[in-house]
Amino acid sequence: MGWLLGAVAAWLIGWQINSRLARRPLSRATAFAGPVIFGLTVILIWECLVRGLDISPVLLPPPSQIIQTFGASLPLLWRDFVQTVVKGALTGYVLGCSAAVLLAVAIDRFPFLKRGLLPVGSFMAALPIIGLAPILVMWFGFDWQSKAAVVVVMVFFPMLVNTVEGLSDTGAMQRDLMRTYAAGYWKTLFKLRLPAAMPFIFNGLKIATTLALIGAIVAEFFGSPTKGMGFRISISVGQLAMDLVWAEIVVAAIAGSAFYGAIALLEKTLTFWHPSQRGRM
Amino acid sequence: MSDIVISAKDLGLTFQTGDGPIHALKDVNLDVRQGDFVSFIGPSGCGKTTFLRVMADLEQPTAGTITVNGTSPEEARRARAYGYVFQAAGLYPWRTIGGNIRLPLEIMGYSRDEQARRTADVLELVELGGFEKKYPWQLSGGMQQRASIARALAFDADLLLMDEPFGALDEIVRDHLNEQLLKLWDRTGKTICFVTHSIPEAVYLSTRIVVMSPRPGRIADVIESPLPRERPLDIRDSREFIEIAHRVRDGLRAGHGDD
Ligand SMILES: Nc1ncnc2c1ncn2[C@@H]1O[C@H](COP(=O)(O)OP(=O)(O)OP(=O)(O)O)[C@@H](O)[C@H]1O
Ligand SMILES: [Mg+2]
Repeated sequence: MGWLLGAVAAWLIGWQINSRLARRPLSRATAFAGPVIFGLTVILIWECLVRGLDISPVLLPPPSQIIQTFGASLPLLWRDFVQTVVKGALTGYVLGCSAAVLLAVAIDRFPFLKRGLLPVGSFMAALPIIGLAPILVMWFGFDWQSKAAVVVVMVFFPMLVNTVEGLSDTGAMQRDLMRTYAAGYWKTLFKLRLPAAMPFIFNGLKIATTLALIGAIVAEFFGSPTKGMGFRISISVGQLAMDLVWAEIVVAAIAGSAFYGAIALLEKTLTFWHPSQRGRM
Repeated sequence: MSDIVISAKDLGLTFQTGDGPIHALKDVNLDVRQGDFVSFIGPSGCGKTTFLRVMADLEQPTAGTITVNGTSPEEARRARAYGYVFQAAGLYPWRTIGGNIRLPLEIMGYSRDEQARRTADVLELVELGGFEKKYPWQLSGGMQQRASIARALAFDADLLLMDEPFGALDEIVRDHLNEQLLKLWDRTGKTICFVTHSIPEAVYLSTRIVVMSPRPGRIADVIESPLPRERPLDIRDSREFIEIAHRVRDGLRAGHGDD
């Protein structure tokens, strides 16, 4: 009963603090404090409810236990992180995104490619990952290479479509200007069209971060060496070690946010000139 | 070499649009000599921009012929024979003002030192000295337009095509830039084709004024200015000046009368 009252108290206190914060003028501190307090409140309520209602840790372990497991399995989690995020997701992300940008330029240079390659791209994007992953594991082996391949397939199409779109996002006058300088295709590409496409390219890059992480984790369900976040999740579920599953989820959440945040930061510094970014300088 | 820079013979351009053809230019005959300052004046839609774009090889004529420096407009464009100032500034927002002015210099392969020297020079000329590191969207519309003029002056084209470059500026700045432009023209001997809506501006600047009329766009009158090359601003109060302005106005009225 005490735990349940605690849950209500945590809810009320968190609510009070945040509604007070919301009435204060928006500053860096209040903008930061709001979500943090909200998060802490949720965790507190979660803890109190799980203990108060005596929920089985298999269904939902309390946050304190997840934190404990997290702390105790740091070396293990780190190894899984390197295997899945650094080797699988990042490699696939870099390869897939650069291939998509290069192909977008090729499509732009030789328009007949557009009719042939864009449908292939959209077909690839329509393939379900659970059908594709086992095949790619067969082709590229159990280790991270096959996970990177899954990621390549997943990030490729959104990146391609965004870049193709971005490359055509220039004004008639901007192009005429290049024409008056008798600038050739490549100079126009590098001095005008790629910079103009940057906001679109970053859009694609941001979408691709989440896809890359999902792809790399899920692909491990279809065969992997004895490490990796997806592998750990699937065997821990089998052993009912839900606290470890949750610890991996925490790692995935942190890695995903950091990845997205890094790309968003890069976007902010490179496309500061775009009207959507200017106010935030 | 003859001293004819632009020569248009029976030039015509018809745009095919959804609701029928538009005769933007019809039977245009004009010779622009080396060192001329030619203004094009006429009501909106009479084909001034189109004519300038044909000279610049941005638009293809559908009738007649035109040569620039004795060659086709395309060859002239490839030889980087002209600088073009558009009706709007059109600076690239990801480049600083200095970066925008360096753009043609980079494309044309000037050395870094030369780029820096020329950029500083033309910025000084349009009085944007301290603004090299600013971004276009941090400047007023008039300052952006001045930067776009500097961009067209940065490389050595003997021909300047300017489409209402001062249209968006206030009277004072406009007077000042008119003076600067005349000085530049006098000093460098460039040939300038200049589109404007302002009669005083056209008379003040030009050695010849081409009055155009719409539907179809054609030349209604060509007026040779008797004004001297040296023109202080107060020349605008002289009798000669006012007489020419009257003639331009009459030409514009005549063009309007028939519809
Ligand atoms: N790309 C185009 N397609 C179809 N019609 C066009 C095109 N460009 C211009 N026109 C038409 O040609 C005519 C002349 O246009 P132009 O832009 O040369 O006029 P202008 O004299 O420069 O006018 P303003 O003083 O308003 O700038 C107009 O009727 C315009 O609608
Ligand atoms: Mg015009």
